[in-house]
Amino acid sequence: MNNLANKTSIKNNKHEINKKDKIKILFRRHGMALVLLAMVVLMTVLSPAFLTTRNLMNVVRQISVIAIIGFGVTMVIITTGIDLSSGSVLALAGVIATSFAHPNQYPLIVSIIVGLLVGAIAGSINGAFTAFGEIPAFIPTLGMMIAARGFALIFSDGRPITNLSESFEFIGGGYFLGVPFPIYVMLLTAVISHILLKHTKFGRYIYAIGGNAQAAVVSGINVRKYLVLVYTYAGLLSGLAGIVLASRLSAGQPTAGVSYELDAIASAVIGGTSLSGGVGTIPGTIIGALIMGVLNNGLDLLQVSAYWQQVLKGAIIVGAVLLDKKKNR
Amino acid sequence: MHAEYVLEMKNISKTFPGVRALNNVQLKVKKGTVHALMGENGAGKSTLMKILIGMYRPDGGTIKFKGKEVKFKSTHDALQAGISMIHQELSPVPYMTIAENIFLGRESLYKKTFWVNDREMERKTEELLKQLEISLNPKMKMKELSTAYTQMVEIAKAISYNSELIIMDEPTSAITEREVEHLFKIIEWLKKKGVSIIYISHKMDEIFKIADEITVFRDGSYVDTCSVKNITKEKLIEMMVGREITQLFPKEEAEIGKVLLEIKNFTRAGKFYDINLKVRKGEILGLAGLMGSGRSEIMESLFGVVKADKGEIYIKGKQVHINSPADAIKHKLAFLTEDRKISGLFLPLSVKDNMYISSINNYIEKLFINSKKVNKDCEEEVKLLNIKTPGLDQIVNNLSGGNQQKVLIARWLLTDPDILILDEPTRGIDVGAKAEIHRLMSKLAKQGKAIIMISSELPEILGMSDRIVVMHEGKITGELTRKEATQEKIMSYATGAAS
Repeated sequence: MNNLANKTSIKNNKHEINKKDKIKILFRRHGMALVLLAMVVLMTVLSPAFLTTRNLMNVVRQISVIAIIGFGVTMVIITTGIDLSSGSVLALAGVIATSFAHPNQYPLIVSIIVGLLVGAIAGSINGAFTAFGEIPAFIPTLGMMIAARGFALIFSDGRPITNLSESFEFIGGGYFLGVPFPIYVMLLTAVISHILLKHTKFGRYIYAIGGNAQAAVVSGINVRKYLVLVYTYAGLLSGLAGIVLASRLSAGQPTAGVSYELDAIASAVIGGTSLSGGVGTIPGTIIGALIMGVLNNGLDLLQVSAYWQQVLKGAIIVGAVLLDKKKNR
Repeated sequence: MHAEYVLEMKNISKTFPGVRALNNVQLKVKKGTVHALMGENGAGKSTLMKILIGMYRPDGGTIKFKGKEVKFKSTHDALQAGISMIHQELSPVPYMTIAENIFLGRESLYKKTFWVNDREMERKTEELLKQLEISLNPKMKMKELSTAYTQMVEIAKAISYNSELIIMDEPTSAITEREVEHLFKIIEWLKKKGVSIIYISHKMDEIFKIADEITVFRDGSYVDTCSVKNITKEKLIEMMVGREITQLFPKEEAEIGKVLLEIKNFTRAGKFYDINLKVRKGEILGLAGLMGSGRSEIMESLFGVVKADKGEIYIKGKQVHINSPADAIKHKLAFLTEDRKISGLFLPLSVKDNMYISSINNYIEKLFINSKKVNKDCEEEVKLLNIKTPGLDQIVNNLSGGNQQKVLIARWLLTDPDILILDEPTRGIDVGAKAEIHRLMSKLAKQGKAIIMISSELPEILGMSDRIVVMHEGKITGELTRKEATQEKIMSYATGAAS
């Protein structure tokens, strides 16, 4: 058994670090953060309007809705799943929540709870089909993406729901201590999601299910239950994002949030979440969302045409993941 | 031995769609003993164990654990009751640490919170590993560990439940002799504590070394239970296969001709260094060594899967350049990989599709695949290799391990190779299929093919090889002829003791 000990220590000694490796490790750990930093530096040089408090706050406010969805999507992707319904569920939650948010009708809390509940129910349906129906998450969430959009149009009769209370409009449009309120919502959601993922059983099981579902089963984990919970949480966050967006637009738009799910997935993936499961973090997703935000903002400031922006965005998403893959070799 | 049974399973039956997996079988395990469960693949051992731990429901029968009748609805119930299992297919979560893996499903929490207490889990893991004399850091990620260490962690995990009954399903299929010794020490220690063990293995030597009693299944039925003291190897094999197998390793003499393949100065940093190998027509070259000694990696590089940093390859005396497996196949090389499920089979595809995929070019006529010709050739292979399948269109995932392995061999035979590289050709398959594969290897050698066989089973290496090359930490440390070779000599080279 002494031999065993020797073998392990030999293995550990191989990890001697030289300077080149140090740079490699730095890049491996913080690759996307460095990309973000580089983009910020580049933009600062190229445009004097970029590095101003006002503009930066604007960037963060613009990504807040995508990031909120992104946290839930990150968890779903870690379990090797996917959620395509976020954008539609956001719209559905938005129109239903706003219908409870007319002035002098119900207390604010009612519309918020209703919005969250709509999201959570839609998510739990996604989860139930995935976990119990044993079909790939792509299918039920694709179905939900189409159906929830339909429900949003039915519920609102195809028209935006307007005339909202001041308190409701504060959520997406207000300022607190000079900072847009959605940024607080995003940060709070990020902290809660991060703690859930890193420090609770729930989070541990998310990583376990994604890392090796069979191992999770034989370790006595109720995989189905946790899958339903993950999708429910993702739905809940879509509902929250729906409330924030409707509030900022001062209207429950049945057509809001089209293709937001793809931006959220892109944020998660740029942030290092692996589509093959078991890997991903909330800080990573924030960085992913910021990269997308700085890109949008920067291209706007540089007056690049909207059409070219699309092309560049597409290229950067693929490039980021390619880079990520390379560095892990 | 006191006749107190910790486990009594009676009249257990289980039917899957179209297959009767278990037919009224029984299993009784005495407290504090090692009970070997034996039988060919497909005999129903794994099914019975999955019923025991609550993964499957039996169609009929009773299970008594510690004298009380139990009905487990999930693995969780079984773990709670005191039954844990080391699963045959390694099941770690690669991106999690050792501690997280061991405590998966029963994380420690800080008092009265939902906050997972990693430090506590790491401390407990450290204690556990220390107790079992496994020197690993609990914070290491599972993906950083070698296969052998991964398996040791799985073993530690099963023990950490403080179960009264531990099921070990082929616990040694991925570890080397040294770790097997280690495992046996742990088993002795568990026995002293009164823990009972159900030990499933195809390796006779292990069974006779460690087991107290043996129960044999055949084709889903109970055959017999007896004490290890009262049985011989031959008798046991006969019970398992229902027929006599006289020779387990029937390498026949073949005429050894000129050198077919030679590799010179083969090096891949971190994996292997300055490897020189030759294999001749009609020869079986055994490549021995511990897990991680670089054996499989050399073959990967030879076959063009991962390029070597330097070195030359000569086939029939002419230098060739192999940059991809496609090149290798063109040069009439065949490579049966170590892990049939990961790098071999297309599990959801049919037996036929799995067979002709590497030789598909031979069957294309004017853009289309000639299915008549495919069927004819595949039928032939099924007959030649005695593959037990309902038909060519059967999904390969539904076959037993031995038959899956034969399908892969058939795939390579269809490419009509001159040089066969067989990496662990009989790992995890039953005695019957094993003997058939060994017989086939002899036959191929007689036909003038050259074979390089990697095996971690010393009896297999000794029985099948004309010449044995032993590796240790990426270097060749010894070469032995069939006559010179003994288990002891190979082990001393393999552990680096003799070099």
